[in-house]
Amino acid sequence: MILALHDYWSAQGCLILQPYDMRVGAGTFHTATTLRALGPEPWNAAFVQPCRRPTDGRYGENPNRLQHYYQYQVILKPSPPNLQELYLKSLEVIGIDPLKHDIRFVEDDWESPTLGAWGLGWEVWCDGMEVTQFTYFQQMGGYDCKPVAGELTYGLERLAMYIQNKDSVYDLAFNTPNENGPAFTYGDVFLENEKQMSKWNFEVADTDALFDLFNKAEAECRNALNAGVPIAAYEQAIEASHIFNLLQARGVISVQERASYMGRVRDLARGACVAHVEKETPRWTEEYPEWQA
Amino acid sequence: MTDFLLELRCEEIPARMQKGARADLAKLFRAQMDSAGITLGDLTIWSTPRRLALIARNLPEQTEAVSEEAKGPPEGAPDQAIEGFCRKNGVTRDQLELREVKGRATYFAVKNVPGRAVKDVLAEAIPAIIRAFPWPKSMRWGAASASTESLRWVRPLSGILALFGEELVDCEVHGVTSGLVTLGHRFHHSGDITIGHVDNYQDKLRACHVIVDHAEREALIRQKASEAAQAAGLTLVEDEGLVVENAGLTEWPQPLLGRFDEAFLEVPPEVIQLTTRINQKYFVCNDASGKLANAFICTANIAATDGGVAIVAGNEKVLAARLSDARFFWDVDRKKQLADHAEGLQRITFHEKLGTVADKVERVAKLARWLVEEGIVTPQTGAIAPQIVTPAQAGGQSGDTQPSQPDSRLRGNDEGAVKQLADQVELAARLSKADLVTEMVGEFPELQGLMGGYYARAEGLPDAVADAIRDHYKPVGQGDDVPHVPVTVAVALADKLDTLVGFFQIEEKPTGSKDPFALRRAAIGILSLILENELRVSIFDLITAAAHPGKSAEAGQEIANFLIERLKVQQRDADIRHDMVDAVVAVEQGGDNVRMVKRIAALQAFIGTEDGANLLAGYKRAANILKKEDWQGDEAEISRTGEEDPLALVDDPDLAPVIRAKMAERHLAEISYEPEVAEKALIEALSEAEPRAAAAVAAEDFEGAMAALATLRAPIDAFFETVIVNAPEREKRSSRLSLLAQFRAAVHNVADFSRIEG
Repeated sequence: MILALHDYWSAQGCLILQPYDMRVGAGTFHTATTLRALGPEPWNAAFVQPCRRPTDGRYGENPNRLQHYYQYQVILKPSPPNLQELYLKSLEVIGIDPLKHDIRFVEDDWESPTLGAWGLGWEVWCDGMEVTQFTYFQQMGGYDCKPVAGELTYGLERLAMYIQNKDSVYDLAFNTPNENGPAFTYGDVFLENEKQMSKWNFEVADTDALFDLFNKAEAECRNALNAGVPIAAYEQAIEASHIFNLLQARGVISVQERASYMGRVRDLARGACVAHVEKETPRWTEEYPEWQA
Repeated sequence: MTDFLLELRCEEIPARMQKGARADLAKLFRAQMDSAGITLGDLTIWSTPRRLALIARNLPEQTEAVSEEAKGPPEGAPDQAIEGFCRKNGVTRDQLELREVKGRATYFAVKNVPGRAVKDVLAEAIPAIIRAFPWPKSMRWGAASASTESLRWVRPLSGILALFGEELVDCEVHGVTSGLVTLGHRFHHSGDITIGHVDNYQDKLRACHVIVDHAEREALIRQKASEAAQAAGLTLVEDEGLVVENAGLTEWPQPLLGRFDEAFLEVPPEVIQLTTRINQKYFVCNDASGKLANAFICTANIAATDGGVAIVAGNEKVLAARLSDARFFWDVDRKKQLADHAEGLQRITFHEKLGTVADKVERVAKLARWLVEEGIVTPQTGAIAPQIVTPAQAGGQSGDTQPSQPDSRLRGNDEGAVKQLADQVELAARLSKADLVTEMVGEFPELQGLMGGYYARAEGLPDAVADAIRDHYKPVGQGDDVPHVPVTVAVALADKLDTLVGFFQIEEKPTGSKDPFALRRAAIGILSLILENELRVSIFDLITAAAHPGKSAEAGQEIANFLIERLKVQQRDADIRHDMVDAVVAVEQGGDNVRMVKRIAALQAFIGTEDGANLLAGYKRAANILKKEDWQGDEAEISRTGEEDPLALVDDPDLAPVIRAKMAERHLAEISYEPEVAEKALIEALSEAEPRAAAAVAAEDFEGAMAALATLRAPIDAFFETVIVNAPEREKRSSRLSLLAQFRAAVHNVADFSRIEG
């Protein structure tokens, strides 16, 4: 499925990238999305991104809710006029027949206060299941997107459940068995991880250590900002964001503190975006004289 | 006469915005035609997720030529004025005409605006309408969005069909050029559909699997969903909001029935309904006994090649996962008791200056208990209100405020019953917010209270406690059910009082339209609870009891005033005039709202009678005279004459009317002149009426008090008719003014008539 998507989007002119090697909550955190959505340069890319959502852990007991799963992300800047058609064709490429399955675009506006970002779009339903988030980015890091990028985020497990007609993510076939290797299911690969990681996220993780890590990431982000390396600063912002999510899962952040922590993460992420834009602006304005931040 | 068809196509328009968009399209189109002088009949406006369509019938081919005249300055006016006039009207000086106006030669500008082709008018109107479209949320897209000036629309605008008769209305906006073609269903039809005439539009689209008329789609969903339920031996739970939403999500709606595992029915039905409705936009069904069935109806947007088998299977899978999540929450939450959940409230801040939710719960528990111990809420509270007592619902399936059977031990007002009520109230209050930290409420915040009630019942707490936890947020604003059972009333009242008083004490008051802490709603809730349950208590005592220790206590009067303002709003909705409220509030200082409202109602009824209206007129006349004469009243007179009347020194307010009546009596005896007939009659009537009214007020017989006042109407009318107040003799004048002052005081004893308008 991933190979089919790679082939398809590569043919549409997308660079095929690899996952960002950090713990993130969504493919949007990949620098290929966040930082590339800023500025005037055209950018088309596709990649798989593993995602961690500690509070979504269900100890392996829910058929499609996981604390660790995979997204397939496509970003196209500027958004092409036939983006919906391109997307629908990609579904056909991976084997979803739109005259057999009910595909719908249901309003779902996207907002990430931590990234200072928002966009309008839909969640795409396939027979009532959200399989893709479809967004036209309007702002990123507090900046208007000029031009606007279109972002497609496919939930790979959910799509696979459709294609393989399985009721549970854990029953998905992970491979095609042959004489050299036996069959593996998604459960064989990940069920134990889900059980253990749910327990760790919700019950075990040392909260004092997490608070400490959060503070350290925050300090390091500022250090990187001061040194004029915004991409490094952005990585620390991502780190702080994930640690915040872990603290949330541990239930040790009150409502009031929550706002304050989110504010701190937002300041880091936006600080990195601002620094990135400032650093790149001379080049952008030289190449695109019309462009303004 | 020619028909016009406009279709604006775009990527999927959010369902909730389509109704507003239809209205906006009609409004903008009418405004455009209006300014071009084109008269319109009815418009047909349709919407689907992918298009807005407008049909205007019988438009003229040409707008009419109009001749406009403007009158300018007279001949000989300064050049500047004449040139300014020319500029304003877009004419040159030699085009001006001179005409006689009232004997003066005056310049006139005559502009002949020729008729225009309506097609041209439309070609200009379409881009103007698109640019001015007021979407609640709009966006930029594509390469053009490199500029912030680019067009904003709800989603990318993709096509314009503009047909006038059989001709194209040629226009362009944001790179989208108008054409004569439209598109059919996204999956059932590919390629352009050429529309030759407006009359073919609807049918051609239908042939391509698009029902363009939203009302037709809605009717279809209603009918087919109901049929699908019937075919399965079930009844559809009607939901008009879902009908409209699904019609806004589909061009070719196909309701299909699916099932879920019966085992999920152990989860409370409200949870199942909420997750199916909000998350999946499915209808639910009831079985023959009226209970929720393990079935749902989804609305697909295609006529599937397999008849919908795969779609139903897919939706069943999704719902199973959703319900599995709900059951996970339901199971996890019940592993702990509410009291254990409540400990988590220490981690949730209620407000920075008002502590944690746990702190709030502690205050509410104390206050609620106090309400019982002070006898404000009693075991009989609510019993007077009309209510249907239903048997305790064993499964607790009901989400409404139907009270459970009151515990028989709570009947009677003995100490034991009061103590038990107080204990239950305190327990319910302590557990009232515990569900906020449960998984279920975390996922579905709208289930707060309701889930607490379920969990309380599940752990075997008394129904009265579970009901109180469930219903203590009620009433949520005006029109919501008001609790009538004692435990709930106490907790609900205490919760709202704590919120209202606390936020006022930290100066977080509502201003203008801003009321972030919903204090107006809290105040209305407090009033409704007091009035509907006839709780006899001074609002001042309540405010004092609810005051947060260590916080400013000065807010008391302000809170009372705020409540009075809310009372006026509430009374207004009950058709009670605000001036009636003012007239009573001015004399009711005790803060007993039940008493106040009875008095207000009696006053309004009285003022509505002929006696009342005339008495008011007499009162106003008396008050005006007293004001004009700057009459200082008895005390001033006494101090002026240096005499001291020992009766005037009695300052017990309860005795005041009696004293005044006594003084009036003596006054009559002391008058040295022969009073006129009407004067004497008034003195006598007053001495009768005043104590009667006072006694009636004390006994809360406000109708009686009004009736006593009514006896003054004829005497006061006669007095004004035949007696001259401002008599030349000083004594007569003084005595008569004093009499009027007494009359005014007697009326004031019932209500401050000076605040009544009219």
